[in-house]
Amino acid sequence: MSELAPQTPDPALTLASPPKWRERGMSLAIFLILLGTWWAVTNLGSVPAYVVPKPQDVARWLWVGFTAPLSHPTSLWYHTGVTMWEAFLGFVIGSVLGIVMGFGLARWETAERVLYPYVVAFQALPKVAIAPLFVVWFGFGIEGKVLIVVIITFFPLLVNSIAGYHAVEPERIDLARVCGASEFQTFWHIILPSAAPFIFAGLHMAAVISLLGAIVGEFVGARAGLGLLLLQYNNAMQMGGVFAILIVLGALGFILNYAMQKLEAWLSY
Amino acid sequence: MSAPLIEVKDLTKIYPSRDGNGTLALDRVSFDVKEGEFISIVGRSGCGKSTLLKILSGLLDHTRGDVTLKGRPIDGPDEEIGVVFQSPVLLPWRTVTQNVLFPNQIRRNLTPEIRARAKTLLETVGLGEFGDKYPRELSGGMQQRAGIVRALVQNPALLLMDEPFGALDAMTREQMNLEVLRIWSQSKKTVIFVTHSIVESVFLSDRVFVMTPRPGRLAEIIDIDLPRPRTLDMINSDAFGRFTGRIRTLLDSEGDLGG
Repeated sequence: MSELAPQTPDPALTLASPPKWRERGMSLAIFLILLGTWWAVTNLGSVPAYVVPKPQDVARWLWVGFTAPLSHPTSLWYHTGVTMWEAFLGFVIGSVLGIVMGFGLARWETAERVLYPYVVAFQALPKVAIAPLFVVWFGFGIEGKVLIVVIITFFPLLVNSIAGYHAVEPERIDLARVCGASEFQTFWHIILPSAAPFIFAGLHMAAVISLLGAIVGEFVGARAGLGLLLLQYNNAMQMGGVFAILIVLGALGFILNYAMQKLEAWLSY
Repeated sequence: MSAPLIEVKDLTKIYPSRDGNGTLALDRVSFDVKEGEFISIVGRSGCGKSTLLKILSGLLDHTRGDVTLKGRPIDGPDEEIGVVFQSPVLLPWRTVTQNVLFPNQIRRNLTPEIRARAKTLLETVGLGEFGDKYPRELSGGMQQRAGIVRALVQNPALLLMDEPFGALDAMTREQMNLEVLRIWSQSKKTVIFVTHSIVESVFLSDRVFVMTPRPGRLAEIIDIDLPRPRTLDMINSDAFGRFTGRIRTLLDSEGDLGG
């Protein structure tokens, strides 16, 4: 047996995984190539600045935007804050409503059968089409934007909660009943944790599209927010500002996605 | 000890059907089970054995007849009845210990004695080291052993087991059968064990209830007078073969009639 005990790791017996640094390096290289191409085309070529801005201009826009005082009308911190607040409020309200209604419908089958056609019909409607209506109803404040986010985040949670409720193994319900569990105990100890993966998938999706809802709401009519600022820069042909906001939005989306992934991994069993 | 633990008399279960005639799942089933007995119920799928077990565990109501435990009717889940399911039904977000204590948490009687009892039981089935592990870290046989411990923690008078080893491989299954006999002989519980394996039913039981389908009837009760403790080599004995042959004949003939 002694010859089988490895003193030094045998390369043939070592489980090889592709080195991480190489993949990271390749990702970074692609980024640098894209950035370099962008720089070359805009600085050395003849692409006008009102079509594609120079990367150094975009960087300056970002710098100026984030260093401007909060009270300044072009402060990126301020507008980012407004958009995030709208998205966050809408996400929380929409998700809670979606989960509560989803479990309610799934629990009372008659209600589900009676109301589901409306759910499907409303879900098929492109929700952003309601945005102009909300400007008429709620004006240029944040209420209309929050409401759009509520509506678009509501559905993934509603549908996933219903699916999660129905996906609970019947034997788990039998187990709870055999133990004499009350309806609330069954819900709390069996149904809710069993449906959690579905709910997290819904929350993940809702978090990402909440930003979309807030931006669309601001496009249609708002006093503040990244969507409004983006539209103003676009109308003024200030592509550097437009690109700067697109980069902020990309970063926000990336962070939200990453945070939800981490949360899911942390809470999953 | 003279009065039976369980009395079932003319138990009939009819499921509602679309044509309004209903589907007869159990047709006037009657039997008694004495305290400490090991009973197996064997039959083809659709013979009503799972329906019968569901009624005994209080998960399903019956249409006619009487079902009593210690003289009182079974009309819902009962603390004196422990149930082991077909799959282990361990909750993946709970550790083995938390799973095993789940019934007591629901009943709000998590006493130090219960915790100690759970620990001892886990040790007796070889899971003493695994209390803090999650179900996914256990093999199929270990998971089902945890499922049995969960049913035993509350110290029930009756243990109902619904094809608990159907999903296990043949060798693990034999191990589990020996394990169940060991637990049964130590705890002196009454066990009703549903299976579709004829060999398993004969190997484990004092009596085998043979059920036949369409409608679900108790065709015959067979006394298994093989000596105890049972060992695996008994399976090859002539006496054992006579019992399995008898049961197979009963199941086959009724199966042909049923088409």
